[in-house]
Amino acid sequence: MARTEQANPDHARISIANKRDEIERAEQRLIAALDKHQYPDAAKFAVRLALEEALVNAFRHGHKGLSPDVPVELEFRVTDKQTDLAIEDKGPGFDPGDVPDPTLDENLTVPTGRGLLLMRAYMARVEYVGKGNRVEMVYKKP
Amino acid sequence: MATTGPSRLRVKHQKDVTQIEFVDRNILDESNIEQIKEEIGDLVDKAPAPGPKLLISFANVDHLSSAALGAMITINNKIKGRKGQLRLANIDPQIYEVFKITKLDKLFQIHESTDAALASFG
Repeated sequence: MARTEQANPDHARISIANKRDEIERAEQRLIAALDKHQYPDAAKFAVRLALEEALVNAFRHGHKGLSPDVPVELEFRVTDKQTDLAIEDKGPGFDPGDVPDPTLDENLTVPTGRGLLLMRAYMARVEYVGKGNRVEMVYKKP
Repeated sequence: MATTGPSRLRVKHQKDVTQIEFVDRNILDESNIEQIKEEIGDLVDKAPAPGPKLLISFANVDHLSSAALGAMITINNKIKGRKGQLRLANIDPQIYEVFKITKLDKLFQIHESTDAALASFG
């Protein structure tokens, strides 16, 4: 079960195992915070998509070979102006420069490698920090 | 077929076109996406040969992830390998934006409606 170390509608730190119900619960808590601050539907779509992609990357790549019970840590803070998200895994780190551009014609038929592109498209800032196992993202409310 | 639960698809056949809709409003769960890929792959195998014709409607879909896009690409590659045709239709504007950002609107033939997609098959 997802552990919540600190919780109010605007700010939370949540440990999430690689289980769909835990991911869904965390996303719903973030959506509730966005609702409280009257983010429009398009904003909720964007933030949820970026979170989903970051979590998939964390579990699929960061936690490759680890038990699905090993949690990823999510922290979010929602204000009337912006939403800050941080997702940290326990993996060896990730270099975003290693990801080929999936929009090149020769890569369009490759089925993987679009998560980071979508995160960058929808977020005002996406940055991998430390050894690359923590991604911080900012969404500016329209 | 290694499906893990009830079908994630609604399927009907109209003449030589296999029409597919998704059961789920959110195509996010990795195991569901894997199942969708396998189920549609089976439909490609069973479609009249040569040149299977598939139409996938996104009418019920509110959310999808890049993993779901990856499944569509794998299916498209399989259909192309059999000299078939794939059409996508009824894509919500927010989701169409995801196809545009990833430039997959260039890879797929996307139509506003099922009727327009059906009329486009050669």
